[in-house]
Amino acid sequence: MSLLIKSARIVNANKEEKKTQDILIEKGKITKIAASIKKDGAKTFDAKGLIVTPGLIDIHVHFRTPGQEYKETIETGARAAVKGGFTTVMCMPNTQPVIDNAAIVESIIDEAKAVGICNVIPIAAISRGQKDEELVDMYEIKKAGALALSDDGKSVVNSQLMRMAIQYADQAGMVLLQHCEDPLVSAGGAMNEGENSTRLGIKGDPGISESIIVGRDIELVNYLGGHVHFCHMSTKRSIELIRMAKAQGINVTAEACPHHFTLTDDAVQSFDTSTKVNPPLRTGEDVEAVKEGIKDGTIDCIVTDHAPHSAEDKEVDFQHAPFGMIGLETSVGLTMTELVHKGVISLSQMVDKMSTAQAKIVGLENKGQIKEGFDGDITVIDPDQEWEVTETDTVSKSKNTPFFGYNLKGRVKATIFAGKMVFEDV
Amino acid sequence: MSKWTHRHLVDLHDLSREDIEMIFESANSFREVNTRDVKKVPTLRGKSVICLFFEPSTRTRVSFELAAKRLSADTINISGSSSSLTKGETILDTAKNLEAMNVDLLIVRHPVAGIPRVLADNCKAGIINGGDGMRAHPSQALLDMYTIQERFGKIDGLHVGIVGDILHSRVARSNIVGLLKMGAKVSVCGPATLMPPGIESYGVDVVESVDDLIKEVDVLMLLRLQKERQKQKYLASVNEYSTVWGVNEKRLEAAKKEILIMHPGPTNRGVELSGDVADGGHSVILNQVTNGIAIRMAILYLLSTVRDEGLVSTQ
Repeated sequence: MSLLIKSARIVNANKEEKKTQDILIEKGKITKIAASIKKDGAKTFDAKGLIVTPGLIDIHVHFRTPGQEYKETIETGARAAVKGGFTTVMCMPNTQPVIDNAAIVESIIDEAKAVGICNVIPIAAISRGQKDEELVDMYEIKKAGALALSDDGKSVVNSQLMRMAIQYADQAGMVLLQHCEDPLVSAGGAMNEGENSTRLGIKGDPGISESIIVGRDIELVNYLGGHVHFCHMSTKRSIELIRMAKAQGINVTAEACPHHFTLTDDAVQSFDTSTKVNPPLRTGEDVEAVKEGIKDGTIDCIVTDHAPHSAEDKEVDFQHAPFGMIGLETSVGLTMTELVHKGVISLSQMVDKMSTAQAKIVGLENKGQIKEGFDGDITVIDPDQEWEVTETDTVSKSKNTPFFGYNLKGRVKATIFAGKMVFEDV
Repeated sequence: MSKWTHRHLVDLHDLSREDIEMIFESANSFREVNTRDVKKVPTLRGKSVICLFFEPSTRTRVSFELAAKRLSADTINISGSSSSLTKGETILDTAKNLEAMNVDLLIVRHPVAGIPRVLADNCKAGIINGGDGMRAHPSQALLDMYTIQERFGKIDGLHVGIVGDILHSRVARSNIVGLLKMGAKVSVCGPATLMPPGIESYGVDVVESVDDLIKEVDVLMLLRLQKERQKQKYLASVNEYSTVWGVNEKRLEAAKKEILIMHPGPTNRGVELSGDVADGGHSVILNQVTNGIAIRMAILYLLSTVRDEGLVSTQ
């Protein structure tokens, strides 16, 4: 079976084409890119007026399998992913039980293959049971198909364990994704510590709970070598530390989420629990720093931290509500609206941060570029279509987002996975 | 006189200076009722008032209950624990169920900030905030301000100092908002570990030393120090707290002659203030308690008038 995309304006991380081209995908691979391709029997998709990017990648989502399928399943998560333009997602291991062994990794990969609409790769824990005590069997887990490890939801707090994790993971060829939060400092804070938390009377989590761990891990990598990737950076100071580390050649990378470059902690004033997220929404100064970091490359990628919670889970008071918001279906819209259309980054930079750089960081082969020989994973975007985020259009099993009612510019029109049309906006 | 328009009392932010003055005027007339032999007027006859308290409270609950009873309302007390959340019923469900029984006013105290706001946004019954987390305790601030007004005949132009654990204090937050609205100058003082970030943004001064503060103020409000703050590492010791921030007769020697000493209660004698100060001539701590009933009668009365006339909330 083959698919022919006609009149595609291709945007890769390194180049935004001016002229349109045709792309032929056969047996799941991109086989030919040329000004005009004719292929009998191929299904065709006319991309005239649209931009065509490598399939988007999100290395930070929560699909709640196993254990909390009432919030999201592999299937509902995958449907949200392809609607948002993603062809590869990596799901975090803070499930019940925790994804911390080869058997659970294999079971998730099998379940995702059965769903078959996008690539879902589990991330395993760094410490067994995410208990911050002993390392997982990294070689076994890698053999089972995982590429990265994370105790996301919390940090590896024990500095000695983190030291061992960096050394061991480097040798095993696994990437460490660190959720940066010193729990003794965040100490139950439910929102950013500052003027708003004081006025609202909600316990605050100061930005230093994040930057303390960022600083520590930079020191560890500087001393040991290896690599640490920092999840969902939210504070100005964390980003300054990473910028400094990168300038000194220390091998760290970082990601940021659309809600952290779009919203400030003013959003919490409504006590709307969909604004409760970890790390919390910060100040305007932090939002500007996240944007600046994305622009100058300090932040390598944009991820969603898609964190579904049922209405019942979120319909409690702010202090007791779980952290997290969904994000897969709004990520392209928010990134284009807040960053591309406002001139913070170019389309090529967006493609880099939402696909190419992520493929490189976790070592996904043959993904992240539209190039002959690469996988036939493609996202088609109308950069100028304006649309409103609504609950009825949301396909994720959970609806916890503060963005309902937002008007965004830039919409995913089609998603192609291994040469197969898995989503089309009709 | 302008007209009362609020269906709920959630936060003093929502009230104007005129609204607060209206509450004081109304309290003036109810105060007389509380000194009668038969302490009862028929104002709220046939109304149902529920105290829904998810946190232990003696003073506030009894004060609201007496206020409602003296207005002839039917009252019920419900004590819950926030752990009822885990039983599956949300606080909003609880409130909706009570509302379905045609309750007129619901007085809510909850350890989590924002609960009364969420209820007010979603319920037809009038919601009175009886204290939510660290956020607000409007009836306490109103009775405090009423007590100040009673003594000085005004609030405008006075200087009020608030000393202690500002970080965890809803009494401090509501007093700051109310006193500034009424034209007072407000200074706060306490351990840096218990001073919330951004407190200056309200428009208050942060004063380092209690002794400096005492010389300047007309009113000194002392906050209760929870002894567990020591275990939580906010303090080196309760003893040191009382040495550095506690108010005793000796310290008061530097104060203005007319200074008022206030405390929302319950007091920790020997910690935030010495026994002789608590019982001394400057102390109006018991006047605060007495005035609390009149203020809460005024609140209940004014909120019930809006419900009767079906006015739309201004919130």
